Amino acid sequence: MTKMDKLSAFSRRSVLKGAGALVVSIGMPVGLDTVLAVNSAAAQGAKPPLVPNELDSYIAINADGSVSAFFGKMDMGQGLFTAIGQMVAEELDVPFERVTVIMGDTATSVNQGGASGSTGVQMGGKQMRAAAAEARRVLVDMAAAKFGVPTEQITVADGICRVGAGNDDAARSVSYAELIGGKYFNTQLDWNKQIGNLLYAPGKAKPKDFKDHKIVGKPLPRADIAPKVFCTEDFCTDVRVPGMMHGRMIRPPVAGSVPAKVDEASIKDIPGAKVVREQGFLGVLAEKEWDAIQAAQKLKVEWTEVKPPFPTTAEIYDHIRKADVRKRQEEKPVGNVEEAFRSAARVIEAEYEWPFQSHACMGPACAVVDVKDDKITCWTGSQKSHFVRDGIADTLGVPAAKVHAIWVTGPGSYGRSDADDAAMDAAVLSKAVGRPVRVQYMREEGTGWDPKGPASIHRARAAIDASGQVTAYDFLSKAFSRVDVNTNGSKPHDTLAGHFRGVPLNSGDGFGVPAESYEFTHKRMAWETIPPLLDRASPLRSSHLRDPVGPQIHFASESFMDEVAAALNLDPVELRLRHVKNPRDIAVIKAAAEKSGWQSRPSPRRDQTGNKVSGRGIAYAQRNGTRVAIVAEVDIDRQTGKIWARKFTVAHDCGQIINPKQLKTTIEGNIVQGVSRTLWEEVQFDNKAVTSVDWTSYPILDITETPETIDVVLINHPEIEPTGAGEPSIRPVAAAIANAIFDATGVRIRRVPFSPERVKSSLAAAEGGVKRG
Amino acid sequence: MSQRFTLNVNGKQHTVEADPDMPLLYALRNDLSLNNPHFGCGLAQCGACTVHLDGQPIRSCVTAMSAVGAAKITTLAGLGTPEKPHPLQTAYVQEEVPQCGYCINGWIMTAASLLETKKKPSDAEIKEALSGLKCRCGTHMAILRAVKRASEMMG
Repeated sequence: MTKMDKLSAFSRRSVLKGAGALVVSIGMPVGLDTVLAVNSAAAQGAKPPLVPNELDSYIAINADGSVSAFFGKMDMGQGLFTAIGQMVAEELDVPFERVTVIMGDTATSVNQGGASGSTGVQMGGKQMRAAAAEARRVLVDMAAAKFGVPTEQITVADGICRVGAGNDDAARSVSYAELIGGKYFNTQLDWNKQIGNLLYAPGKAKPKDFKDHKIVGKPLPRADIAPKVFCTEDFCTDVRVPGMMHGRMIRPPVAGSVPAKVDEASIKDIPGAKVVREQGFLGVLAEKEWDAIQAAQKLKVEWTEVKPPFPTTAEIYDHIRKADVRKRQEEKPVGNVEEAFRSAARVIEAEYEWPFQSHACMGPACAVVDVKDDKITCWTGSQKSHFVRDGIADTLGVPAAKVHAIWVTGPGSYGRSDADDAAMDAAVLSKAVGRPVRVQYMREEGTGWDPKGPASIHRARAAIDASGQVTAYDFLSKAFSRVDVNTNGSKPHDTLAGHFRGVPLNSGDGFGVPAESYEFTHKRMAWETIPPLLDRASPLRSSHLRDPVGPQIHFASESFMDEVAAALNLDPVELRLRHVKNPRDIAVIKAAAEKSGWQSRPSPRRDQTGNKVSGRGIAYAQRNGTRVAIVAEVDIDRQTGKIWARKFTVAHDCGQIINPKQLKTTIEGNIVQGVSRTLWEEVQFDNKAVTSVDWTSYPILDITETPETIDVVLINHPEIEPTGAGEPSIRPVAAAIANAIFDATGVRIRRVPFSPERVKSSLAAAEGGVKRG
Repeated sequence: MSQRFTLNVNGKQHTVEADPDMPLLYALRNDLSLNNPHFGCGLAQCGACTVHLDGQPIRSCVTAMSAVGAAKITTLAGLGTPEKPHPLQTAYVQEEVPQCGYCINGWIMTAASLLETKKKPSDAEIKEALSGLKCRCGTHMAILRAVKRASEMMG
């Protein structure tokens, strides 16, 4: 099984479906009862349309007995498709190797939301599991009809239906391939009328009881590793189509300005170079990629004068503090917080700050778009290809049915990155020149112009009564919205091509509150959003970056819990266990503490002198049903300010584990990326533009700074439906490190990143304070 | 102005017409359709474009065509094949290192060069040799496991 078996999989599907996969034939709608009554007759039916309520939209039994699973989400490299293959094989009772998961192609899958919110298994897998169970039920019905026995007498193993268990009589057995191979189920599902993540369309069959699982839960390997290691897999950057031109985009030097004058003669010496300009949209094309790059560098452009729109990096938190609140939302307030603070014996307060951060994908985004009169084809690394299809249709003013978007592995993807923008840019360029166009951004666009994780401030306070009990907890985030542009590129107001062609930014409101189960008599959690810095194409527009707003919120809330523990002279684990009420939350906290060898004592430790000191810290969070607790152990060089996040112990509970091996490496990636974002990452800007535009100005974690150990404790609950794992474990990383720094030094750092300069100055300031005091 | 260059890539000779200032990366990718070296930054900051020039890892995104001369170029695809893998490729498969996989050229080509000169590097030596390479998915732990494993395989 390989997910990259796209061409052959596609051909098989084309064969299976007769006419080209793009042709959607609208067959006679067949009611569920009719289908069930006719059983095998249904399998002879016409190709049904690719719609969410058709079983054929998810599962095909091919003539050779192999199974195609058509998945409207996709794997960003964490092994999701392996888990989906396991879930499908499990429900169908076929060997895992027989299932091919085909992802993210709008011609073969319905819109299940793409990669989004760690819902690949939680929601996408749930649907694939339901569809596979339904497919098995239909096949068993067909076998029972064939042998004239009740369905209860049919057993299935390895894709072969038999009358009775272990019956080797060939006359009383029939394979899936013989029953339906190469034909259609024409079985209708009970679709909830949602598309995207929420799409759910079960059949009549109930998925297996977890006690019967044989494939789910196994540490099966990913099939995309060898193709990557031996270079037989193509990335979206490798797609080439006949007649293709190379495009590059020109971005304004001051955000908000547009080209006033473009001197096309300035690139006349570059063979075949062309300029495409539509209002503020400015791109160049050439036959050769190097020529397109040269043209982008040499093209002389005069830009309109605009007032520089941004505060500087140093001013951003003051800007947030002073900005008008656009929307405020409180979530589930308990008791009377204001009254509790009025009567408190003591109040603990703190404020935390988190910077804008960049996706900074390994390579800047790339897309190839071929606009033809009758159809448009797009190859994209976007993690939401169905929405890219819709975005291209809207951008070019054609029906979505005319657009075919094909996801091909991109250079990393951790949310709404620059990938969707590249697809729209390529579409506009291809339409303008009437030829297929490949656009790959340069590094400075990939880091400078991608949508950013929003900057934020967080205020927390706790009321303590005379007996030292926490009676009230109040947490407020004030921040840029998480969605200046939406989490997908389906609308021109959400993409740079749209903005530069005159569609204003349509910033939505959204942030979030801590996800935990702390109980206090009085508790209030709220967020406030502020307007974006610019109402059009902006290198500081916000959108979703891995675990959107999770790292910032929980950096604040879980740092604050430690501040409360320290103020009450309590062990940080003990304070959490006093107030955390959910048993699964308690279990992850205890598991992380125990595995790490946690010694119960208050922080900070006071037994270290000298330059190099060490500390430990804990943090915990939930995320949509998953819960994670992390113990970080860090070493600090007080003179240089350099932090080494040396060891992590991660306890992780996401309900049922589908594939423990892939889960473990997914968690490792989350931790390392989380350390990077905590120690190094901060988008830099002046009042005109983003100035962190490469790996020097936007540094990430180096391998010399990698943790020595990441111990992962997987807590499996096979009886609980699986929840997400792609993002939850990045969530508590920053707070665990901050708490460990405090433990080691007694100094609380409340602003990320913990760069050597910041650590040094924080330590110096604390020392100065002590001396002055 | 374009010039004619003869490139020795993975043991085969190729002729390419190109601007002498053009980085080697574009000749490998676009003229020879070798997709394994990737464009990551164009600034020699990440390693995604790494190939060997006479056995030494270089960043092909900043190596001008005019600087290549008769040097033997080896890409990741030339390092080993599924039938005859380099120990690092075997170790990468066994440890299931890559997530998105876009960074892979830098790590494997640089580690291959390290293991050529030092069969049993210490953990610190491995990290030092690989310092500066980028992996955004955060597969660093698995990379280190794979390099250790390859080093053990190479006896």
